[in-house]
Amino acid sequence: MSTMTLAKAITSGLDKVLESNDKALLMGEDIGKLGGVYRVTDGLQEKYGAHRVIDSPLGEAGIVGSAVGMALRGFSPLVEIQFDGFVFPAYSQITTQLAKMHARSEGRLTVPVVIRIPYGGGIGSIEHHSESPEALFAHTAGLRIITPSNANDAYWMIQQAAQCQDPVIYFEPKRRYWLKGEVDTETPALDAFKAQVVRGGEDATIVAYGPLVPVALAAAEAAREEGRSIEVIDLRSLSPIDFDTITESVQKTGRLIVTHEAPTFGGLGGEIAARISERAFLSLEAPVLRVGGFHMPYPISKVESQYLPDIDKLLEALDRSFAY
Amino acid sequence: MTPAATEVGPKDPVQILTPDGQRLPHEIYDAYLGDVDEDMLRGFYRDMALTRRFDQEATALQRQGQLCLWVPLRGQEAAQIGSGRATRPSDYIFPTYREHGVALTRDVSFSEMLRLFRGISGGGWDPRENNFHMYTMVLAAQLPHAAGYGMALAMEQRGWDEEKLAAEGNAVVAYFGDGSSTEGETHESMVFANSFNAPVVYFCQNNQWAISVPFEVQSKVPLVERAAGYGMPGIRVDGNDVLAVLAVTRWALEHARSGKGPVFIEADTYRLGAHTTADDPTKYRMTEEEAAWAPRDPLIRLETYLRENNIVDDDFFEQLAKDADQMAATVRKDAMAFPVPPLAKSFEQVYAEAHPLIQEELAWHLQYEAGFADSGDNA
Repeated sequence: MSTMTLAKAITSGLDKVLESNDKALLMGEDIGKLGGVYRVTDGLQEKYGAHRVIDSPLGEAGIVGSAVGMALRGFSPLVEIQFDGFVFPAYSQITTQLAKMHARSEGRLTVPVVIRIPYGGGIGSIEHHSESPEALFAHTAGLRIITPSNANDAYWMIQQAAQCQDPVIYFEPKRRYWLKGEVDTETPALDAFKAQVVRGGEDATIVAYGPLVPVALAAAEAAREEGRSIEVIDLRSLSPIDFDTITESVQKTGRLIVTHEAPTFGGLGGEIAARISERAFLSLEAPVLRVGGFHMPYPISKVESQYLPDIDKLLEALDRSFAY
Repeated sequence: MTPAATEVGPKDPVQILTPDGQRLPHEIYDAYLGDVDEDMLRGFYRDMALTRRFDQEATALQRQGQLCLWVPLRGQEAAQIGSGRATRPSDYIFPTYREHGVALTRDVSFSEMLRLFRGISGGGWDPRENNFHMYTMVLAAQLPHAAGYGMALAMEQRGWDEEKLAAEGNAVVAYFGDGSSTEGETHESMVFANSFNAPVVYFCQNNQWAISVPFEVQSKVPLVERAAGYGMPGIRVDGNDVLAVLAVTRWALEHARSGKGPVFIEADTYRLGAHTTADDPTKYRMTEEEAAWAPRDPLIRLETYLRENNIVDDDFFEQLAKDADQMAATVRKDAMAFPVPPLAKSFEQVYAEAHPLIQEELAWHLQYEAGFADSGDNA
């Protein structure tokens, strides 16, 4: 057991990956000497050399596209996209090439590329530095998408992503990079593609992931003071989604709130609401409610607190659910 | 001797065989043709003729409703056979989607290639068997892959001495066209490959037309002039001259293999037919232009040379025509006989590892389809 920030837990996980697999390599903008703009790869180039921790030219399509080529040659590249809003120059490579290579080759080719993307808002930044584009990728078959919410998961899930034979997008909740937590470096965390009940409860379920898991936990704690027992599920995997864990919870609680920073419209909350209404219709005491971002470009940072889901918004949604 | 762009002259394409079949000496590239004997020359003609016959058969199959689409290559045979024959089996090739001639040089089965166009496979052939990647429909998307594959080769070949590199070094050939040359990914690929000295040969077949848009809209200067901007040698070659293409590609591969980084080749050629079987060139280009290119047909040029030098006789062409017809008949028969895989197969190929949503949807699909089995309505 050791205490680490979430960012350092990823660094340690990447270190393990590079140490255990000599075909693994890291590539991205400013990840070598600088250690990444968030220092997540700090010290790794020094330890493993510039040929395994590669400072790439500036070009996201080039980064992802060349990672595909490396994977075709048997390497396991883990690439970094500097910020969520900068992934779009690589969108074609990710969705038309990386995601489909295995299927197009009738299962003959595998492209085990991991794409790390710091995502989400609440950091007081300027445009394109606070977005949550996960649904745009979840819609594409062939990709797997995971996101840790704590240091222990961050440490293990990056290693699980690296071992996976499918392409994995690993969304890093950047406003939680400095969140400290216990990391058990001996016992692997739960399967990266499973959800986890992180707080047991009886009266309602909140599903959250990434940066909003601590918010959901705090809302559950606040609700407890009002006499309500709220179960909180950390989704962890956004594609595939572990609907079994959510279904089981909703069958018990009868009420479900799904929250994410991404806009509500067309977001993963809609998919979860639809699936749960199919799977647990007779258990539901209220419609599944969503607490997400508005249908607008991510707002200017001085007002982002009014945009982001927070404890009060979750409590308001719980009130509506209980009042139904 | 190193024929950098400046020495060869980018505006002066390398030519060994003139359009009327005369062989010219070349101070640099003759050294790359030393082994080309009569058997090889006959072989190049045969490769080009078989490729053209295959192309004709596939076009006919599409017209008869047996293929979803076909991408004809008529006119580009020399660019493809010459460059493909310069590669080693261990080199990796990234084609676009018109490189049927290169496929022949890599021993990819013509029949297998039709699986893609017949709509029964997303890829068609096994890229691992012949180091010939699947076709890529999103233009230039394969070029960053080529850079990355080359970067991986450079990593594997780190620390090799000159001798070992020359003997065992692998390289990548990335095919694209004048249309793809303007895509952003072409630029990014070339930056990456140059920055990391990746052994990549960028082989551009400039066939003058990007569907309906003429070359002048893609570039104000010959594409080869862009090479210098990336810091790599650029060679412009007469793409309808199989010997010149062979020689420059051999030079380029030697350069790339030696660890000196990528090379850009612009092969001037002409798409004598349509862009695809869904295209109608009469709407955008002049028949005069087509007529002007017709005498520069790569097969006519080599035939003239072979006949004038008594390397072939009429029997050679008769036999070849018979072989080509037989090949075409086999391809047709194979294409028609390919079984259509059930949709259930597609579920299995989305992910390499087990996936709950795939399993759930597959189970539903199988159950749903099974509901029709006993109804007798299938016919």
